[in-house]
Amino acid sequence: MNQSQTLLLDGNHAVSWAARLARPQVVPVYPITPQTPILELITEFHANGEMDAEILTPESEHSVLAACVPASLAGARVFTATASQGLLLMHEVLHYAAGARAPIVMANVNRTVASPWAFWPDQTDSLAQRDTGWLQYYSESPQESLDSVLQAFRVAEQVGLPAMVNHDAFYVSHSLEPVQVPAQATVDGFLPPYAPAQRLSPELGSSWGNVVSQDMYYRHRQAMDEAMARALAAAQEADLEWARLTGRAWGILERYRCEGARVVLVALGSLCGTTREAIDALRAEGIAAGLLKLRLLRPLPQAALRAALAGVPDVLVLDRDHSPGLGGILHQEIRGALYGLERAPRVHGLLAGVGGVNVPPQRICELVRAAIGRAPAFESTWG
Amino acid sequence: MHALAPAADPMLCSGHAACPGCMDALSVRHVLARIGTNAVAVIPPSCMAIIAGPQPYSSLKIPVYQPTLEASAAAASGLRRALDAQGKHDTHVLVLAGDGGTYDIGLQCLSSAAERNENILYVCLDNEGYMNTGAQKSSSTPRYARTSSTPVGKPTRKKNLTAIMAAHGVPYAATASIGFLPDLLRKVDKAKAIRGFRILTLLVPCVDGWGLDDDAGLRAARHAVECGAFPLYEVEDGHRYTLNHTARNRPVADYLAVQKRYRGMSQADIDALQAEVDEGWRWLLRLAQPDEGQVAP
Ligand code: SF4
Repeated sequence: MNQSQTLLLDGNHAVSWAARLARPQVVPVYPITPQTPILELITEFHANGEMDAEILTPESEHSVLAACVPASLAGARVFTATASQGLLLMHEVLHYAAGARAPIVMANVNRTVASPWAFWPDQTDSLAQRDTGWLQYYSESPQESLDSVLQAFRVAEQVGLPAMVNHDAFYVSHSLEPVQVPAQATVDGFLPPYAPAQRLSPELGSSWGNVVSQDMYYRHRQAMDEAMARALAAAQEADLEWARLTGRAWGILERYRCEGARVVLVALGSLCGTTREAIDALRAEGIAAGLLKLRLLRPLPQAALRAALAGVPDVLVLDRDHSPGLGGILHQEIRGALYGLERAPRVHGLLAGVGGVNVPPQRICELVRAAIGRAPAFESTWG
Repeated sequence: MHALAPAADPMLCSGHAACPGCMDALSVRHVLARIGTNAVAVIPPSCMAIIAGPQPYSSLKIPVYQPTLEASAAAASGLRRALDAQGKHDTHVLVLAGDGGTYDIGLQCLSSAAERNENILYVCLDNEGYMNTGAQKSSSTPRYARTSSTPVGKPTRKKNLTAIMAAHGVPYAATASIGFLPDLLRKVDKAKAIRGFRILTLLVPCVDGWGLDDDAGLRAARHAVECGAFPLYEVEDGHRYTLNHTARNRPVADYLAVQKRYRGMSQADIDALQAEVDEGWRWLLRLAQPDEGQVAP
């Protein structure tokens, strides 16, 4: 891998390649559809001697993440991957990992949560983890997933927080595209060996996790918040540096045809690809529409969001997730971020694509035409 | 001859947070003295986690990682692999967990770590209940013992953890008691020298949860072994059972009498418990026969 190369990869195998290039030292994994191909290619790389990592295959995702945390605290670079119920099973340990300031990177394949049982793309699994203290990237394509995993390692290790890179089931996880796989030397320059200050080792004699006083806990949470704030700048810097090395920049949020827009759609992940087509169609019929693609949900780039949406008459938030009793999670996040903004847009929340239902570009066009003609409902509406 | 005194420079320092007369602290003091300084401990929520002290202080002279209650063996596995990845193969990874975190909520990942033969030493500090939350029953609580969740006595028997773990075919699974210190120290030394998965279950009489006089911990620890309620034995590679203390010279009633958790037991219940202990003893004797197949390979 001395040369960059173009390989035909699906989103999951793009993630496995990123994991290989990041040179993690410990990789605990557990299979779950539709994440399993990530695990399979990693274990294949390992069996072929192309990846020099300790691979652990415990009995559950809970134990996978439980193994990740002290491995990271002992100074190892750690990678894992999961999806849906696996992520939910890890929930308790997600808090532990962030609290321990362990810069683990985990790929999550967004899939519906049970019950009833289903396998379709839906982001409720990771959005339900937004308060755990993990950085959250959302990716739209296999190439972006590969690049995001590598950027996530750099950011996570700089600020000392774990990072989750999410991509949608099947639309990204199982879709093939030509993917630029960078040379190992490029990645080595971008991601130097992990050398943490705080670790578990008999020489240093430092521990982690004992009981603390109220005051220490309070200050610890403040420190996590400061790390989140630093992560925004670190993510921006990582993306710029990646662009310098590979020519690919994704931004923290991407504005597609937002110039003079009277309506802007906001979305995460694979819905952005469909929305781009809808924007082109709307523009062709004379409706000035644009797309704001959020790549980073935690930390939420609030200032950039406010700057991008100030003065836009109508904003449509597309949620491929569902919080019963509230509606769209992204809808609430965007409304919260825009609160108190002068010249604030009217924000329409649309539950589009929940449970993986197909949302073709024509449907998005219809939703836009309907929304710009009426005042927004306070609640998210089923789109 | 084993030196019985712990190292002059103890690994568990004075000023720790155990109850006066606690056998947990005394047991760990001896275990750590034998393990030495090149080790990292994994301690889930338990009495031992409190004994280890509040951040930024520590009563232990080795680094400690405190995972979730149900994840000790998984956390220890991850730690082991990280140390291995860094070439630190000589650093011991030691779990100091309670019976709740071992017999109950942590059993799933414990079984998985045993199946993978992870190179860790797992010590279960078995005080036969959830003592850290106020003496509720665990699946290690013996029949008839009163706890705050079984106020009229537990209706079912104690889970046989050592047999369960031995059935995984792990290199070493043993019981030990602070009441028989030379045997305990020998087992720590033996476990320390073996690579792969090792588990020691130490009976830890709990002053508070068992209703013992402050100075009765050691007596209870000895009585438990002498009556056969907590036999001392070891199992190598899942099938070589060895009984380490064969003199059974005490009725179970003697052991019950020093504890308040068995108060008010009827003679019929005492007889039933004696019969259960006798049956367990015969089972062990059979397994310890050199010719018995003991456990399926
Ligand atoms: S509750 Fe029991 S085991 Fe826990 S510290 Fe007190 S005496 Fe020791």
